[in-house]
Amino acid sequence: MSTTEILFFFLTALAIFSAIMVLVSKNPVHSVLWLIAVFFAISGHYILLNAQFLAIVNLIVYAGAIMVLFLFVIMLMNLNAETEPQKHIWMKLAGAISGGCFLMMLVSLVRQASELNGKTALMAEGNIGLIKNLGKALFSDYVVPFEITSVLFLSAMVGAVVIGKK
Amino acid sequence: MTLLAIDWILLIEKLVLIAIIVFASLGIALYTTFAERKVAAILQDRPGPNRAGPFGLFQPFADGLKLIMKEEIIPNTANRSLFILGPGLAMTAALMTCAVIPWSSHVELFGRNIELQIADINIGILYVFGVVSLGVYGIMIGGWASNNKFSLMAALRAASQAISYELAMGLALIAVLMVSGSLSLKTIVDQQMEPGRLWNVAYQPLGFLIFFICAMAECNRTPFDLPEAENELNFGYHQEYSSMKLGFYLFSEYVNMIMSSAIMACLYFGGFDIPFLNETTLAPNLAAILGVLALLTKIVIFIFIFMWIRWTIPRFRYDQLMNLGWKKLIPLALLNMLVTGAVILYLQG
Repeated sequence: MSTTEILFFFLTALAIFSAIMVLVSKNPVHSVLWLIAVFFAISGHYILLNAQFLAIVNLIVYAGAIMVLFLFVIMLMNLNAETEPQKHIWMKLAGAISGGCFLMMLVSLVRQASELNGKTALMAEGNIGLIKNLGKALFSDYVVPFEITSVLFLSAMVGAVVIGKK
Repeated sequence: MTLLAIDWILLIEKLVLIAIIVFASLGIALYTTFAERKVAAILQDRPGPNRAGPFGLFQPFADGLKLIMKEEIIPNTANRSLFILGPGLAMTAALMTCAVIPWSSHVELFGRNIELQIADINIGILYVFGVVSLGVYGIMIGGWASNNKFSLMAALRAASQAISYELAMGLALIAVLMVSGSLSLKTIVDQQMEPGRLWNVAYQPLGFLIFFICAMAECNRTPFDLPEAENELNFGYHQEYSSMKLGFYLFSEYVNMIMSSAIMACLYFGGFDIPFLNETTLAPNLAAILGVLALLTKIVIFIFIFMWIRWTIPRFRYDQLMNLGWKKLIPLALLNMLVTGAVILYLQG
């Protein structure tokens, strides 16, 4: 096994284990922390694909900012294992079955997509994820969607401030 | 010598480098605590610690021993695992920054060309940001797991302060990146070392000022030490901690100070560059050693300024802190970014 394969399997195992722990943890704060571990494992996958910029932005935005807000809310509402609502066994079963169906649909979609047929992931040699190429693509080919997205973000921010002031 | 497709000598080389840098950082941090007490003493016109060893030089070891020997108390209403994780996370996040700092140019040892930087990744400065944003977790988790209202309040303050000042810091940084055109700290330093080019602080004086203020806030140093404002919050987020866990929290602040001084030296003050000296004329090993000394000197000067400010200026009120961050520093940083961009466009013609 090459180093890349060892890392791949390690990160995959870590990601799946942490994702399961997010679901089975009774304490919401533990769930959030396991979710951060998932983000770390996924960032590791990005680095294996040589998408360093995506990897670090994933960490800064999701692990560093959004999860801090999650923690804020959970800590301020003082949620803990006792206040966690206990669902009926049938509800859990229904959730598991519908989630499984969704997974099967996703897998079949990915397998049938013509863009992905016969392709393999570029390990450590693709360079579309590097900041230079990504920046060029964003500011030349995708400049209009990019600018529209930024206006959308701005309006969301203004909206949050307006609601907060009420 | 390749087994499992790993270059083992490179691995050993990097491990040795990591060990040296981490232990050196911890050693410097140890003596920074001593320096803090001495600087405070000088500014307040008193002798300061002078009993343990000559000039009190063994004081940090005495302090460390005291912390280790103290009784370890974990409150019985605390969340045990997270209570232990908190200080560890704070320390790890503080030390992780050292991976991308270029400590000097390369040395030639046993016929190998060894770069004195653990990893020269092309997103170096973003990595620093990632680590800084993770540093918040150590404080938040510790404060929450203590199961104490004061600790929780302090942790929330710390987190909101860190997030607010990260924004202005990032905006100040973008202006530097526009000047240098690279995210790699090594490249940024190399550019400043080129003959005929000034240090970045000459092109970005306002940006440096904003970055410095934000770095002070990120390190929770006075006048931004709201998370440990003892007259409002008893002791802050580490109120329930004792023994070496408390030591880790206090110590990580000093490690953070060293790392942010190193980052500021690299971004704005030429890193390991020695002013008025062309390093390429020297032997590489000599140049490397002089470079390390130059960077350490810059770090020491920054740390002294941190301490000077701490023992001179009183603490902000919380609304003043938020006002400064959101209503003054962010608009100023945006203006700085705009002017920098306009000047660069104008010079390009």
